[in-house]
Amino acid sequence: MAVEEKRQHPGFYAILVMLIIMAVGPILMMFINSFKLDVDIISGTTGLLFMPTIQNYETALCDILPYELDHLDFCALKFGGAFINSLIIALVSTLLTLVIGCMAAYALVRFRFMGRDTASATTLMVRMVPPAVLLVPVFGLWNNEFCIDKASWLGSLIRDNFGGRGDVCLAGTHSGIILIYVAMNLPFVIWILQSFIVQVPRQLEEAARMDGAGPFQVFFKVVLPLIKPGLAAAAIFTFRIAWNEYLLASALSDRDTKTVPILIVNNMSEFNVEWGVIMATGMLLAIPPIIFTLFASRQIITGMTAGAVKG
Amino acid sequence: MSTSTSFNRLTPYVFLAPAVIIMALALLYPLGYMMYGSFREWDPSQAMGESTFVGLKNYITLWNDPNFRESTLVTLKFAVSVVTVEMFIGVGLALMLDRNLRGMSLLRTLFILPMMIAPVVVGLIWRYMYHPTLGIFNRGLKGVGLESVDWLGQHALLSVIIADIWQWTPFIFILALAALQSLPRSALEASRIDGATGWQQIIHIKLPLMMPVLIVTCLLRLIDAFKVLEVILVMTEGGPGLSTEILALRISRTATEFRELGVAAAMSNYLLMLLLFITVLMLIYNRIMEHRAAKANRMIEEAH
Repeated sequence: MAVEEKRQHPGFYAILVMLIIMAVGPILMMFINSFKLDVDIISGTTGLLFMPTIQNYETALCDILPYELDHLDFCALKFGGAFINSLIIALVSTLLTLVIGCMAAYALVRFRFMGRDTASATTLMVRMVPPAVLLVPVFGLWNNEFCIDKASWLGSLIRDNFGGRGDVCLAGTHSGIILIYVAMNLPFVIWILQSFIVQVPRQLEEAARMDGAGPFQVFFKVVLPLIKPGLAAAAIFTFRIAWNEYLLASALSDRDTKTVPILIVNNMSEFNVEWGVIMATGMLLAIPPIIFTLFASRQIITGMTAGAVKG
Repeated sequence: MSTSTSFNRLTPYVFLAPAVIIMALALLYPLGYMMYGSFREWDPSQAMGESTFVGLKNYITLWNDPNFRESTLVTLKFAVSVVTVEMFIGVGLALMLDRNLRGMSLLRTLFILPMMIAPVVVGLIWRYMYHPTLGIFNRGLKGVGLESVDWLGQHALLSVIIADIWQWTPFIFILALAALQSLPRSALEASRIDGATGWQQIIHIKLPLMMPVLIVTCLLRLIDAFKVLEVILVMTEGGPGLSTEILALRISRTATEFRELGVAAAMSNYLLMLLLFITVLMLIYNRIMEHRAAKANRMIEEAH
C-alpha cells in the first residue's frame, strides 16, 4: 500500500484541491464578507483588498453590547437576545434529550424487552416525518390544548407573576420549543446510544452491584463514563438540529423567544438586504457547528454512518 | 429484600418512562391530532372543538387544486433530481478517493461542513452567490464577457437544486466511502488475482456488494429531500410563481398565510402517505437486493 501511496497522479491532487475549494469556498466567502462594509461588498472589490471591520458584528449584537455604537443611532436588529434564546433552547434540549435518551437506551439494552429493532424502526419512522407535517398539530396543540387554565391555582400563580392574558400555554415559551425538539431527537439518540451500551461489559456492572450500588448508581457511575464517545455523537446531532431549526421555532415563539434562524429569515425577506450584517449573523449561527465539526468530526461520521452501514 | 426486588423489576419502566411520555405527548399525539384535524374546517383562532367536521372535503379540494398538484410535481422533480445527481457524484467520488491518502480525515472533516451549518445560512450564502449583480456567478460570467444569468428568476428550480447538491453530496460520499472500506478484502483480492481491471472490479464486485448500503443511503437522502424547506424559503420564498414551492413550504404557507389549518393538515397527510409509500417500497427492494448480495457473496467464496 505504501508504494501505491507514492504513485498518485498529480492530477489527482488537483482534483482534491478543487473539491475542497468547492466545499469550503462558499463558507469562507461568507466569513470574509462578514468583515466587509456594505460599500465594499457592493463595489465589487472581490479580492482580499479591504479594511476588515467588526462593525457588522457590532450592529448585529447591538442589544447586548455593553457600550454605545457610533455608527448606529437605533438598535433595530436584536440578534443578541435571539442568540441567547437559541443558546438556552439548544443547550437545554440537548441535555434533556441525552439524559432521557440514555436512560431509555440502557433499559432497552439491559433489560431486554423490545430492543434494537423497535428503536431502529421508530427512528426511521420519526425521521420520515418532515417538520412541516408537525407544524399544524404542534401549533394547534401548543396554543390551545397544552395550557393551564388561568382559573386554576398554578395558572393564576404564573399569571400573577409573569403577566399576560388568557390561559397559560406552552406556545411562546422556551419550554414549548424545547419539548418538541426533545421529542424529535429522542428516537435517534436512543438508537445510537444503544449500539454503544451493548459494548459495555456486563461484568463491570455486576461487580458494582456486588459492591452495593443501586441501579441508578450503576448507570451514572459505571455505564455513563464508558459511553462518552456515543454521548458526544448524540449530543452534536441533537444540538445541531435544535440550533439550526427554523420552522417549528417560528410557529411556537413569540416576540421574546425568537431564535437566530427566525431573525435571519425575517431580515432576508426585506427588500433591501444589508449583506454585511446578515452575513455576520449567519456566521455567528454557523460558528458553533463549525467548531464541533473541526473538533469532533470522527464522532459525527460515526453517528452518520451508524444509520446506514450497520443498521 | 422484597422491596428491593420489586424495585428492580420496576427499574426498566422507570428508566423508560420519561422517553415514552415525551414521545407520546409531543410526537404521537400531535400526529393523531393532525389526522383528526384534516377532516375539519379549522381556523388558527379556533380550538379543535369549535371547528366543524367536513368529512373528506379538504382532501377532495386538494386533489382538484391545480396549485397543489403543481407543488407536488415541483417537490417530486426536486427530490428525484437532487437524489439522482448526488448519488452519482457521491458514489463516484467515493470510488475515486478510496485510497490510502495522508489527508483523508481532514478531507472528510471539510466535506461535512456544508451539512452541519444551518439550512438558513446555506440559503443565505447561495442567495448571495446567485445575486444578479453582486453574486460570484454573474461576476464570473461578466469577467469572461458572457451575458449574466437570472439565476433565481428564470432558473430558480435549477439554482435551488444546485445548492442542495452542494450541501448534501458529502453525505452520500461519506456513507459510500464507509461502505467501500467495510467490503470483504478477500473478494477484491480474489478478483485481482483473476485479472479483473479496475472498472470490472467496480462494476461486478464493489457496486453489487455496496448495494444494500447504497439503497439505505438513497432512502435516507430521499426522505430528507422531502423535508428541505429553509434553504428554499431563504433563496426564493417558493417563487417566482410556484416554480420552487415545494410541499413543505406550501403546508407552512397554507397554515400561516391562508389560515386554513384543516387543509394544511390534509396536505401534511398526503405528504406523509407519499413518504410512507416510498419508504416501504425501498425497504422491500432492499430486502431483495440483500438476498442477492448474500448469494453473490457466497458464490465468490465458494469459487475460491
